Amino acid sequence: MTTLVDYDEAVTQFDPVIGIEVHVELGTRTKMFDGAAVTFGAEPNTEVTPVSLGLPGALPAVNGTAVEYAIRIGLALNCSIAESCRFARKNYFYPDVPKNFQTSQYDEPIAYEGYVDVELEDGSTFRVEIERAHMEEDAGKNTHVGGSTGRIHGAEYSLVDYNRAGIPLVEIVTKPITGAGERAPEVARAYVQTLRDLFRALGVSEARMERGNVRADVNVSLRPTPESALGTRTETKNVNSFRSIERAVRYEISRQAGVLNDGGTIVQETRHWHEDTGTTTSGRVKSDAEDYRYFPEPDLVPIAPDRAWVEEIRASLPELPAARRRRLQTEWGYADAEMRDVVNAGAVELIEATVAAGASPAAARKWWMGELARTAKQQEVELEALPITPAQIGALQKLVDDGRINDKLARQVLEGVLAGEGEPEAVVVARGLEVVSDDGPLLAAIDDALAAQPDIAEKIRSGNLGPVGAIIGAVMKATRGQADAGRVRELVLERVQG
Amino acid sequence: MSTLSRDEVARVAGLARIDLTPAEIDRLAGELDVIVESVARVSEIATPDVPATSHPLPLTNVFRPDVPVAPVDRDAVLAAAPASEDGKFLVPQILGEDA
Repeated sequence: MTTLVDYDEAVTQFDPVIGIEVHVELGTRTKMFDGAAVTFGAEPNTEVTPVSLGLPGALPAVNGTAVEYAIRIGLALNCSIAESCRFARKNYFYPDVPKNFQTSQYDEPIAYEGYVDVELEDGSTFRVEIERAHMEEDAGKNTHVGGSTGRIHGAEYSLVDYNRAGIPLVEIVTKPITGAGERAPEVARAYVQTLRDLFRALGVSEARMERGNVRADVNVSLRPTPESALGTRTETKNVNSFRSIERAVRYEISRQAGVLNDGGTIVQETRHWHEDTGTTTSGRVKSDAEDYRYFPEPDLVPIAPDRAWVEEIRASLPELPAARRRRLQTEWGYADAEMRDVVNAGAVELIEATVAAGASPAAARKWWMGELARTAKQQEVELEALPITPAQIGALQKLVDDGRINDKLARQVLEGVLAGEGEPEAVVVARGLEVVSDDGPLLAAIDDALAAQPDIAEKIRSGNLGPVGAIIGAVMKATRGQADAGRVRELVLERVQG
Repeated sequence: MSTLSRDEVARVAGLARIDLTPAEIDRLAGELDVIVESVARVSEIATPDVPATSHPLPLTNVFRPDVPVAPVDRDAVLAAAPASEDGKFLVPQILGEDA
């Protein structure tokens, strides 16, 4: 068992270098090489054609929209777009790859040599150099049956769904990221977050992490000093949330420092990330089995993007996230620190959509950065993974603005929506949470409260308004928080003095 | 002169999951060698001023519109598989690494 070195200690002893491969599923209507539809949550094996199933004689045909999306991504990452590029076969045997090869790009990616500027939590910027972005197709999905954990070990057999096989992917590979030092884990997370925002802004993918639209493989190596040659790297596969990316890099740095300090050597291998324990374990060692015998795909002709087309795509690129964030901050009137918190919480789109649903920027921020941020943190999920939509927050805030519920009741409504009890309006009705606007029940409660505390009633009567709060409190309690405190105050004064 | 060794043939066969007997390896090493040498002669002709080509057709940018087509019938496809369960293809235990 490896001794982990305390993280702070590890980064003083070694200089970490990371590299990240991000796969993004493009949001096209059909697959990369055939017309099978792509919809989330379809019944297994209902979105397949002879091409997606790898049936003999089936011929692929390139999805033009996917190529355009890949070029969009390349341009947004400041890459050069290849004058000519081609597809290649990556040969390996696994049940989720029905053809026994994945159609990918090897020596001629569509985009290469770019960079992206990543904003860190303190507001500073870190530039990540991009090696290449290439087009390929996704694999099907295996479900392992038998065994206790649904994992492969101990499974009796596996079930395969080919709906995902052939979905267009773009894989983006960084150059080795050096100079991040102890901030390497943060840079890794911020980089993937930046790409996620970029994919959405470009309209090339819904880029939902929890649905596996964006997946990251994280390479980590250590070297004694920034002047030393690069150390041997490990590749941790399929780290699929921002938080996990940061944790996985941190863990690998501590683990590798431990191995090196114990006089061991790092083995070049793939490793598996375990969300529950926050650790990685050894997968397969790079070996003979890694010989993919790439060769040019004979069934597809090369792609030579016309320069005029590339420029047309460049001209049509939307406002990119960094510029958009600056514009929204001005529009919303948030302070720098407030905006940074919103960005770091991944709440920009959520707040934008909530504002579009009618809430004020201040109210939208209050919900997403307050109650909802706390809930997300408790459940250890991203904000956007919470089972509530910006439209629902907009509707909730409207109930508050219309005076039908107060802030306290709104929190109960929110709880109901999160618990799957339906739309805010439905939760209000089902839980009977509406503010009591009818004076009758309020007056009855006020009379009860005054009768129960005659000394306070007397003080108020004699003009000392200090203890009014005690009566209001009693009324709020009696109405289970469903009274408008301002109205209760008016009524108390009328009752006592009138 | 043979450029393709028995070991290489055995290795490639292994990668392609083809089970060969020692006699087959001997025979194929010879036959494949003829093919490899024929192809190698092309590189004698290819000079730096001849661009590499990966495709015999003088075509580029053959694209399909992003429009869905009808899927194949699932029952028909699963009926052609050795086994299925819950609308999915059933495959034997997968050995090796985690998916």
